[in-house]
Amino acid sequence: MCAIHSINGPVIKIKGKTDLSMLELVYVGKKKLAGEVIAIDDQYTTIQIYESATGLSPGEPVSGTGAPLTATLGPGILSNIYDGIQRPLLDMAKTGGAFIESGASASGSAFPLDLIKKYEVKLTCKQGDILTGGDVYAECPETPLIVHRCMLKPGSSGEIIWTAQDGKYAADDVVAKIKDTNGRISELTLCQKWPIRSPRPVKKRMPPKRPLITGQRVIDTLFPIAKGGTAAVPGGFGTGKTMIQHQIAKWCDADIIIYIGCGERGNEMTQVLEEFFKLKDPRTGSALTDRTVLIANTSNMPVAAREASIYTGVTLAEYYRDMGYHAAIMADSTSRWAEALREISGRLEEMPAEEGFPAYLPSRLAEFYERAGYAVNLNGTEGSVTLIGAVSPQGADFSEPVTQNTKRFVRCFWALDKNLAYSRHYPAINWITSYSDYLEDLSEYYEQNAGEDFLSLRSQIMSILSEEASLMEIVKLIGADVLPDDQKLIIEIAKMIRTGFLQQNAFKKGEAFVVIEKQRQMMADILERYKQAKVHLSEGKPLSEFIKNNESAP
Amino acid sequence: MSIEHLGLKEINGSLVVLDNVSGASFEEMVQIRLETGEKRTGRIIEIQGSRVVVQVFEGPSSLSLKNTRTRFSGNPMRLPLSLEMLGRTFNGAGEPIDGCGSIYPQKYADINGRPINPVSRVYPRNYIRTGISSIDAMTTLIRGQKLPIFSSSGLCHNKLAAQIVRQAQITESENSNFAIVFAAMGVINDVAEYFRKQFEQSGALERTIMFMNLSGDPVIERIITPRCALTAAEYLAYEHGMHILVILTDMTSYAEALRELSSSRNEIPGRKGYPGYLYSDLASLYERAGIIKGSSGSVTQIPILTMPGGDMTHPIPDLTGYITEGQIVLDPDLDRKGLYPPVAVLPSLSRLMKDGIGEGFTRKDHATVANQLFASCAKVVDARALATVIGEEELSSSDKKYIEFGRYFEKYFLSQQEDEERQTEDTLNLSWDLLSLLPREDLDRIDDDMLDEYYDPKKTEKFNKGVLKNKDR
Repeated sequence: MCAIHSINGPVIKIKGKTDLSMLELVYVGKKKLAGEVIAIDDQYTTIQIYESATGLSPGEPVSGTGAPLTATLGPGILSNIYDGIQRPLLDMAKTGGAFIESGASASGSAFPLDLIKKYEVKLTCKQGDILTGGDVYAECPETPLIVHRCMLKPGSSGEIIWTAQDGKYAADDVVAKIKDTNGRISELTLCQKWPIRSPRPVKKRMPPKRPLITGQRVIDTLFPIAKGGTAAVPGGFGTGKTMIQHQIAKWCDADIIIYIGCGERGNEMTQVLEEFFKLKDPRTGSALTDRTVLIANTSNMPVAAREASIYTGVTLAEYYRDMGYHAAIMADSTSRWAEALREISGRLEEMPAEEGFPAYLPSRLAEFYERAGYAVNLNGTEGSVTLIGAVSPQGADFSEPVTQNTKRFVRCFWALDKNLAYSRHYPAINWITSYSDYLEDLSEYYEQNAGEDFLSLRSQIMSILSEEASLMEIVKLIGADVLPDDQKLIIEIAKMIRTGFLQQNAFKKGEAFVVIEKQRQMMADILERYKQAKVHLSEGKPLSEFIKNNESAP
Repeated sequence: MSIEHLGLKEINGSLVVLDNVSGASFEEMVQIRLETGEKRTGRIIEIQGSRVVVQVFEGPSSLSLKNTRTRFSGNPMRLPLSLEMLGRTFNGAGEPIDGCGSIYPQKYADINGRPINPVSRVYPRNYIRTGISSIDAMTTLIRGQKLPIFSSSGLCHNKLAAQIVRQAQITESENSNFAIVFAAMGVINDVAEYFRKQFEQSGALERTIMFMNLSGDPVIERIITPRCALTAAEYLAYEHGMHILVILTDMTSYAEALRELSSSRNEIPGRKGYPGYLYSDLASLYERAGIIKGSSGSVTQIPILTMPGGDMTHPIPDLTGYITEGQIVLDPDLDRKGLYPPVAVLPSLSRLMKDGIGEGFTRKDHATVANQLFASCAKVVDARALATVIGEEELSSSDKKYIEFGRYFEKYFLSQQEDEERQTEDTLNLSWDLLSLLPREDLDRIDDDMLDEYYDPKKTEKFNKGVLKNKDR
């Protein structure tokens, strides 16, 4: 047992040598606040705590748990809402009231999974089977949408020596026993623990080949993201980062959605909760919450837990990937996570690099984004983790460290534009500064599923838009009236693309989600109109006449 | 048990260091008695073994290392709370300064509050009519929202805030349950007096709690002023079911106080010398707005901040904008033109309005009209930029239309008398009249059936003829 020596916000130090190990989960003080060991030297052991330090005194006990901070993985994760260290917020509200109290005692049992609910479990192994890490030993329907597969923890293996009968079991009931090569017998329940900071292993990483269909035209057509890909959504406040994340979370064709509200607004999380509960999944007709997990660490919740929330989210996603599902993570916002790193680094009196951020910011970002990917799992199934991180640059300045470093590790960049947002053009993704590196990887899919001409239509649309952008430079100086008719036509068509194609009303029925075939059709229609107009012009007739003739058309 | 410690080890700015202390707890309140008998309060902000760092709210003047007595209270800072607080005035640390004696507390609460569990929040939906067209139509204020006013020095943000408070109506029946909490941080006496007078004139003074930390008052006290105010607001809202409007002014002074404290603690600065935790710190204030399940009350915040140099990318407005649910931006150019209220509509935003307007709240066309107004105003900006280059005469006829629209928009829609209260219905009708100045095919954000119902170029005649008198404007 050790005792607190010094307290500085969420950073606690213990004097003298301890037998705590790096990243070990510890309980601090009489209230048993959860914390994690972040530095050890011969004089001090440093701990960051995930809860408010108010009221702590030197001399209060610190107890180790012998294990790193882990996520509990098992049936009951879906449709739940957790804080940054996977404490179930719904249960905490039931026992502790509307405000979050600190300390393990206050959060009650705080076991992340519902232990009362019984699942209809089917054992998929039998006595004598030899299992290795990742192999499935039991299955149960977790929600109407998702079958939960209980897998042997990666790294372990052995022979099944006992199995329970198929039937109803709770998450912590023993359903099988396994004997490893050393003869040690361990019990298998429906759940397992995994340290959140270590990636779960896979058999093989695969190149991304299938797009994550979001139903948002500007994304699917112009800047697509692959399943297993990474994307960053940078934008100043009010440009609609959260709106885009919500839209993708609602409509994209991933099997599992992990929505991480990291240092953002409480009311936004409430909105997600309410909306997702009501909305139906367009593909399956079941409630969106059946495939969604929310991790809410709002901006006023303790900062260290904010830092952990990202890792908790990724670990949950990897767990479902291992079952053979396609998981997508929306992290809103990674800047708040980076700021949490900075805050703790400052308290540790580390030497800062750019703008006070610690020197290890880029490597932490890289580690995080590297956990995305399309993989063949240990058990042979295929699954993916897609990562979409919002970035909130300070002063909407994309040259700040978090945006710049994120850009290095993501392959999709959806830059949000203040001026588009001001004129309420949503989604405010700027088509000139954004890019997607996945186009080539996905070309085969598009050709087979969206029409052979899809990519050529897309590049025509892009070239009109970029031509318009350069023409607008001139228009700003001398007005549109002096342009020749063929250039005026570019501007007219680009306007049509902007308002009719890129802009998408999230609140209108039928507009919120548009299938890829229809996206192709819309592009083709616009380009057809462009062709007609060009013919019209080549006959020497004025453009105004053409516009007038076509006014009634949609 | 309370031990008194004699003497200090170090004094550094507003921080004092004590040695050989045992049993102190983090963020505990400390009473400091000077040689002269004067009492000050402080708070423990760091503990290293037996060494304790205390932040003194009233500042370090005439503190000495010897003969200063310190007593630890054993508790974090708690504010005594009671319904009697309504109508009273307190200093920045929550002590009464109106000469009416101390209050009889019903309960004590930690001023730091506790984070609201997101699952226990109620998503805010009910709009508050302010009677100001630009706010009601385009950046609707919602009960339980935090909507700051981004202003610059010399603009009329105080006037606007006072008008919002005066006219803020939730619904008639709930008016009796309405109260104001006003926190002044580093504002000059005149401003504080202005607000007091405004509350008095509107008869709201007995429903107002004022926390005053004026610019001459101790700087460090400023850090706890908004926390006291919000604790009082939460008490009234969640335990007495009242609807509370909290005005926090000026958040810039607050952030500067935080910077001062941070630098005296030798912390590594982030942008512009502000501490790296400015975001979390501001969030711990702003996030205390909201509505919780099981209580009929609400806390709505209108923080006011003056953007240093009118720069919206400055860390204070920037981080505020990332936390709050929108912002009302005031524009010095409009102010110079003599327009009141000088609301810059394009950068202004209310994130919660989309769920609090429309059928059942205001009118079914509200959302589309607001959308179209934004789109059209953005075009006005383009047209004006072009006009400065090639002159208004040379503009195309459609651009000219926008210039005209912009002019009437400012004259009849934006500008308003200080005591003028417009019904939301009137504001929306006025929006349609203005939009009818534009060609119908340019209104691309509005559906045809709605255009059929409301679009009517005949209505625009009154603008051209100038028949609108001051009264109808």
